[in-house]
Amino acid sequence: MASQEMEQLVRRDYKEGFVTDIESDTVPPGLDESTIAFISNKKGEPEWMLEWRLKAYHQWLKMTPPSWAHLDYPPIDYQAISYYSAPKRPEDRPQSLDEVDPKLLETYEKLGIPLHERAALAGVAVDAVFDSVSVTTTFKEKLHEAGVIFCSISEAIREHPELVKQYLGTVVPQGDNYFAALNSAVFTDGSFVFVPEGVTCPMELSTYFRINAANTGQFERTLIICESRAQVSYLEGCTAPMRDENQLHAAVVELVALDDAYIKYSTVQNWYPGDENGKGGIYNFVTKRGDCRGDRSRISWTQVETGSAITWKYPSCVLRGKQSVGEFYSVAVTNGRQQADTGTKMIHIGEGTRSYIVSKGISAGRSNQSYRGLVKVGPRAKGARNFTQCDSLLIGDTCGAHTFPYQEIGNSSATVEHEATTSKIGEDQLFYCQSRGISEEDAVSMIVNGFCKDVFQELPMEFAVEAEALLNVTLEGAVG
Amino acid sequence: MSDVQTFLDRLAERTETRRQAHGPEPTWIAARRQAGAARFEALGFPTRRVEEWKYTDVRPIAGGDFALAETADFSPAAAAALTLPLDAHRLTFVDGVFSAELSQLDGLPAGVALLPLSQALDENHEAVGGPLGRLTGVEFSPFAALNTAFMEEGALLRLAPRTVVDKPIILQFLSRAGETPVMSHPRILVEAGSRSQATVIEHHLGEADAANFTNLVEEIILDRGANLTHYKLQEAPLGDLHVASIHVEQGRDSRYTSFNLNLGGGLVRNDLVTDLNGEGAEANFNGLFFGQGRQHVDNHTLANHNAPHTYSNETYKGILDDRARGVFNGKVIVKRDSQKIEAYQSNANLLLSDRAEIDTKPELEIYADDVKCSHGATTGQLDEEAVFALRTRGLDEQTARGLLTLAFAGEVMEQVALDAVAERVELAVAGKLPERFNLAGLVETAVALHEDEE
Repeated sequence: MASQEMEQLVRRDYKEGFVTDIESDTVPPGLDESTIAFISNKKGEPEWMLEWRLKAYHQWLKMTPPSWAHLDYPPIDYQAISYYSAPKRPEDRPQSLDEVDPKLLETYEKLGIPLHERAALAGVAVDAVFDSVSVTTTFKEKLHEAGVIFCSISEAIREHPELVKQYLGTVVPQGDNYFAALNSAVFTDGSFVFVPEGVTCPMELSTYFRINAANTGQFERTLIICESRAQVSYLEGCTAPMRDENQLHAAVVELVALDDAYIKYSTVQNWYPGDENGKGGIYNFVTKRGDCRGDRSRISWTQVETGSAITWKYPSCVLRGKQSVGEFYSVAVTNGRQQADTGTKMIHIGEGTRSYIVSKGISAGRSNQSYRGLVKVGPRAKGARNFTQCDSLLIGDTCGAHTFPYQEIGNSSATVEHEATTSKIGEDQLFYCQSRGISEEDAVSMIVNGFCKDVFQELPMEFAVEAEALLNVTLEGAVG
Repeated sequence: MSDVQTFLDRLAERTETRRQAHGPEPTWIAARRQAGAARFEALGFPTRRVEEWKYTDVRPIAGGDFALAETADFSPAAAAALTLPLDAHRLTFVDGVFSAELSQLDGLPAGVALLPLSQALDENHEAVGGPLGRLTGVEFSPFAALNTAFMEEGALLRLAPRTVVDKPIILQFLSRAGETPVMSHPRILVEAGSRSQATVIEHHLGEADAANFTNLVEEIILDRGANLTHYKLQEAPLGDLHVASIHVEQGRDSRYTSFNLNLGGGLVRNDLVTDLNGEGAEANFNGLFFGQGRQHVDNHTLANHNAPHTYSNETYKGILDDRARGVFNGKVIVKRDSQKIEAYQSNANLLLSDRAEIDTKPELEIYADDVKCSHGATTGQLDEEAVFALRTRGLDEQTARGLLTLAFAGEVMEQVALDAVAERVELAVAGKLPERFNLAGLVETAVALHEDEE
């Protein structure tokens, strides 16, 4: 690859970099019990929720940030972060899109995601999280008819405390890890989905997370529950405005699938990665875990990660139910000075459980990317089956691609396979395409899209389109 | 008393007796011993919270109280029965103590120096002091530090440039059954001059009831074009505890081929590291580990591609039965600007019992783009269709499974050029499997099958 093309890749500007000017109701930076009480109070939460948060906070105080990941970043000052930020006028929330702050709609327009259009055309219910409070929720009635509860987690704590109590923290306990504990203490919003027995959610659910107010970390908490034979497909997409200061994002996502339930969770993450010198950008420390609690349940994670300065993310499946299935499809693209340490954990506990992992990493510029995965097969997981494929593509000679796959197999009837390759785009592949009149840029785009095909085809249609567009944007500079 | 203190007390005793018997040591040795002890004291024994020791619990070592052997008495007849039936140059150590009686050092070709470390130190300690500890410093691990603190015996092999040693060189380590368990900290140093060539067989074996601790450090320096084949045949008694740190430095166009054949030992940990420092250097890591009972075998390997045009190829096979536990951690690091690298890594494991466990992690860390790297790890059981296919040929199920297990190991074993070693391993694997694996029977059946086809 020619060097000036590489330079263009590195100099690619963040297309979604802009700041929306909405006054925020923000607490001063710092974290102590009073901050947590403030958040809890602001959200109108019951006493037990505050206690739950404080318990997490006390555990967090005793923990130290993990240092095992292949990441390099300065220590985070947790006292310099503001833990609550909500758009003004939280009381008179808009009831329909017409009432939504035009600036917010404009923001989405700039992102190329016309909310009303998307919602109407794609039939998608959008629970838009603008900073930390759900601004609008559409298609609620249609979902209500089907018996599906889809609302913000704050609302769920108020309206459906018994469900939240029953499931919150059962997949990712408060003290699970440093960032999960922090999230449990200070989470401000996120989505709650409950699909009752036998119901297939009538539409795909989607949320756009945005980080907007400067200096504000965003701590999303998402909880999705599918009862027996229920099904849901949840889409999450993220973009963030350009900022100089690093912004911390520590989300927790919990999925619970009971007997024969199926949860499909898709993510497109395009947060600000920082400039070419590694200045700015989002720190993304996410704990995502699905619990296949019921027999024959299935949880499928699909992610396209192109943003964030630092990504620390391992969507996992605990395969507890007999014959339950966990899937993980990932495309991660890093450029500039981005660092990503991502992968999955598949914990096989039940008999006949199966997992399938496809991870495609593309590193360019001076970025570093690691796949870190664990496949664990317990002694009772008779006939467990795993297949893992993780491939890395290197563009340029200053990036790095690493693979750390752990396998812990304690059962002789288990079959576990791991394959990984690392390579660059072959000169002969490029030459072949170019000799047939395809430009170098198109050729690289073709080859990379082909490289990621296995993952893209798992995405819901509209996300697949967005993902391919994102990838092409990322690679625009790479090939002139 | 803490575990660490037990070892430090032993060290103080040993140092004192040594001083009384032989007077003060050369300054550099005393200094390194001190550095090793300090480092060991600072680190302590690794716990399972340390990533490198995540799957291996060293408490059986840490909690032990091991004496140091004083003599090398071993029945020559018993030794002869155990040793590899090979025409070879031979150095023998009994519980770490050199045995001249059981060694065979006559007829060494010109350009070959093969001698116990103690003798090499007596003759010219300064010549040893340069290379010794250069590759495996006290920083490497608590065990390397402990070895440095205790080091006094071991083997030294120097090959002058262009020397080709035809006969294999056997370094055998015998473990004795005794009233109190003993420990030894052997130190092996190999310096192969440019374009020299040799085969070294490091053989660990002993009396069935022995329960000793061996903590080996081995440094191998291969100059330009040197070619070394290194067998590590682990047949130590099942009560033995064994930790080995092997560090190889490879110059331009050198080739290092390792056969790490692990059959014995109760707790075994091998660290095999190579630095591919010169263009054209090639490293081949072949491994086979067979565990049964409560054996625990942990193999860590690391190939550092520090120069462009270097090549590494790794194949490790694990067979685990009963409650045995296997650990494989293979790592390839490709440095920035080390272009045109090829690195292949594969680890396949066969679990024969539901209580056996394998923890495997083949890692790649790559900082250059023009590379071909791949790795794979599989864990499974015998292919039922293959078993069925053999059964349709009239083999009973047990025989069919036996044949397939041998075939699984065969992928590594067919690379073994020394028949005596290959036979030893195949026989051991087959013999150690439950009685149903009657090797003679298998061979007969296989031959009969073959004749039928003709």
